[in-house]
Amino acid sequence: MQKFDQVTSIPTPFTQVNVDTDIIIPAKHLKTITRTGLGVHAFENIRYGADGALTGEAVFDRAPYTEATILVAGENFGCGSSREHAPWAIADMGYRCIIAPSFADIFASNCVKNGILTITLNTEAVRHLALDGEAEAEITVDLPAETVTAADGTVFNFTYNPVHKEMLVGGLDEIGQTLQDEALITAFEIRQKAAQPWLYNRD
Amino acid sequence: MAKTVFDKIWDAHLVKELGDGVGLVYIDRHLIHEVTSPQAFDGLRAADRQLRRPSAVIAVPDHNVPTKDREKPNPDANSAAQLAALDSNCAAFGIEKIDMFDIRQGIVHVMGPEQGITQPGVTLVCGDSHTSTHGAFGALAFGIGTSEIEHCFATQTLQLKKLKNMRVTVNGRLPFGCSAKDVALAIIGKIGTAGGTGHVIEYAGSTIEDLSMEGRMTLCNMSIEAGARAGLVAPDAKTFAYIKGRTWAPKGMQWDMAVNYWQSLKSDDGAFFDKEVTLDATEIVPLVTWGTSPEDVIAVTGDVPAPESFKDPSKQAAAVSALEYMGLTAGEPMDRVKVDRVFVGSCTNSRIEDMREAAAMIKGRKVNVRIIEAIIVPGSGLVKHQAEEEGLDKIFIDAGFEWRDPGCSMCLAMNPDKAGAGERVASTSNRNFVGRQGPGARTHLVSPAMAVGAAIAGHFVDVRNY
Repeated sequence: MQKFDQVTSIPTPFTQVNVDTDIIIPAKHLKTITRTGLGVHAFENIRYGADGALTGEAVFDRAPYTEATILVAGENFGCGSSREHAPWAIADMGYRCIIAPSFADIFASNCVKNGILTITLNTEAVRHLALDGEAEAEITVDLPAETVTAADGTVFNFTYNPVHKEMLVGGLDEIGQTLQDEALITAFEIRQKAAQPWLYNRD
Repeated sequence: MAKTVFDKIWDAHLVKELGDGVGLVYIDRHLIHEVTSPQAFDGLRAADRQLRRPSAVIAVPDHNVPTKDREKPNPDANSAAQLAALDSNCAAFGIEKIDMFDIRQGIVHVMGPEQGITQPGVTLVCGDSHTSTHGAFGALAFGIGTSEIEHCFATQTLQLKKLKNMRVTVNGRLPFGCSAKDVALAIIGKIGTAGGTGHVIEYAGSTIEDLSMEGRMTLCNMSIEAGARAGLVAPDAKTFAYIKGRTWAPKGMQWDMAVNYWQSLKSDDGAFFDKEVTLDATEIVPLVTWGTSPEDVIAVTGDVPAPESFKDPSKQAAAVSALEYMGLTAGEPMDRVKVDRVFVGSCTNSRIEDMREAAAMIKGRKVNVRIIEAIIVPGSGLVKHQAEEEGLDKIFIDAGFEWRDPGCSMCLAMNPDKAGAGERVASTSNRNFVGRQGPGARTHLVSPAMAVGAAIAGHFVDVRNY
């Protein structure tokens, strides 16, 4: 996975509340057996007309946001279905970071596993950064320092889970990390089997 | 220290503290289906990793399966490819799979409890957000993404941030004409779709105790619509009676051991809840959603709300676009809103009790002529069989409903069951999102009785006097 340190971009302002994962990627595109190529279908109902053609009017398809790597979003972003196709689609569009007042739990957890940083800031800060986006001004996200610097130099501090930070900054594979504790997992299974043998009847 | 049910299950499954509230948590049960698993298997293969514990995994196809003419080739090549990938992946990794033509096949969240896979105190995951359903048995059950599926395949654990505790207490007798679905919608209407974010909800109180296991599943199912990744009910005698004798249930001496353990899964007196909400069940009325978020709930006797009635400007903006999408006008009485399609089914409302509730509303009447299609999709082959034993299928068919084969169906329209643009659906499913039941489709979430009432009248009705 790509290492995450600093990212500078004009952010895409998209601050609608309760954007669910059906909006991010409709269910009909879940019939894929790969992780890539979903970006063209991302936010499809917003970006494409009834005739199925890209209208080019959605914020995602307007310059300079077509080059953006930071998305500024609304409250409860990513609610609904657990589909990881949502962060895959967002990553495939080129985004590496999403800033919002709040995120749905499963979505945020899916993001970190795909190298996408989700930053939670208060509503005023998010509004400030969305306005930067609208003004086509660059902002900078610094994960090691846990700061977002707005175009006017205002610095917003955020906190991010240290375990996840280590993963993103180091570009680490979580499974490899857990497998280092394989002996502990085996020991757990032995203990659990002794206490609750009915959970092991099918082994 | 006094603990909640969630604390107890968490502690019993903690393999290692990873720091900052993140734990390596052991997973006892892993359910998979065709849509969210293929990339996880590919990941295993790419990294040359093994499936750690095949016996803890069970597969069933549900999202893509057609609900009629199943023996014919699947009309959608991509769906067929996903279903075939599930077959070949399960065969390659030694996972038990319930076939599409097996009587046990059904929606994964209906199948799990039916087979006794879902038990109190277990950690249970599935690549589907409605995995919260299984919390009805006092399990810690939650939806996961595909990377987590892969992680669970390889390690039988997940790295999880410990969630907070929230208790929703509902007391009092549920009025006539209302069911668990109305309780779920009432809770979401009260706390909002982000009200439970970061929390596990424990449902408590006399109303919850009085609910059947089916009703508790309906309620826990929609925890995710309140933002909570998991919801649960402390197990009781009703829970144990439901599980006893099922395929995966403990037998003989192990049964007594298990019940003894399960009885300890209650929140201790004085256990701390970060958030507490209470509702009076006697005030609940038959509900219907008017917008495009499950929190957009209103009494069927109410009027479509005006955007300016919301305080928050972003909610006002959301209401304006929701009303436009839904084709509704502020002030319009809900019980005059006409319906085009009716769907009774989904992991929220497709169990035998839901089938009985739906059938009881018919009373010899017919589906209204304006209804394009009214479909009843049982949650599993076993539910279908039971309903047919009780003669419910005849009641539905005589009234003009279609009686289908089990699957997720029109809840998310991944199979051929869809609504057209602008068509209004009375649906017993869980999400009224834009385009969820087909591009442009307008979804209203209701209970099975309300859905059937709308099918007969051709518009929403107050089922208490219909």
